[in-house]
Amino acid sequence: MQERIFKIDRELLKRYADASGDQNPIHQDEAFAKSVGLTNVIAHGMLTMGLVGQFVSDWAGGSSNVKEFSARFTKPVVVPANTSVELVVNGVATEENGLFRLELTATVDGVKVLGMAKALVKK
Amino acid sequence: MINPDSVGRTYAGAKSTTISQSEITQFAAVFGEPNNSVATPTFSIRVSLDQLQEILTGPEVGINWERVVHGDQKFEIHRPIVAGDVLTCDATIETYRLAAGNEFINVRSDLRNGDELVCTNWCTIVVRA
Repeated sequence: MQERIFKIDRELLKRYADASGDQNPIHQDEAFAKSVGLTNVIAHGMLTMGLVGQFVSDWAGGSSNVKEFSARFTKPVVVPANTSVELVVNGVATEENGLFRLELTATVDGVKVLGMAKALVKK
Repeated sequence: MINPDSVGRTYAGAKSTTISQSEITQFAAVFGEPNNSVATPTFSIRVSLDQLQEILTGPEVGINWERVVHGDQKFEIHRPIVAGDVLTCDATIETYRLAAGNEFINVRSDLRNGDELVCTNWCTIVVRA
């Protein structure tokens, strides 16, 4: 598979909050995030996973070809104001009974933010 | 603490959710997906998380949602969600474990359109000490 970079900024967090219905203030309100012990606003784990899902869908030729998709949320993605962070996504595909098993990686500044990220797709 | 009797039980979500084209399109746009004829692979979280919160914070299970962290997530997609689906969501509390004061709750959500199983989602909900 070929490495791809997704940019995550506060505007994307707001758009994901509205699209998903997850309005938890730790993903939008800096003062609130700090009040609960975070260093800053963090991205929704499901936003990060959704971006990796886009990488998977694009490789597989469309959302309809994605059969299974899973990940652990191992490390929060901190998103400071007025800048964007880069989510670097890559993976290895192995053919298995006519389907493809994908082992995926997602890192920010060289740190893994998802663990055991895997998908099963048709192609 | 979770009600220990809830482990192994299945709870039916109270609502059914009719999926609109506009919510599929809005969700897809976040990820830059131009094809809106079907929902993107993680779209069902919009339905299952909302229903889960209602079930798990209800009196029978009794989780404090303010202390909840999403530990992991798995989607098994039997067919993609499309506009017009009317989805119900059942939640089964599969396993439970307490470690260093944190509660780890594995929940399976089955999303159905009528009798048709559309998507099965598993998640680990961590209730922090």
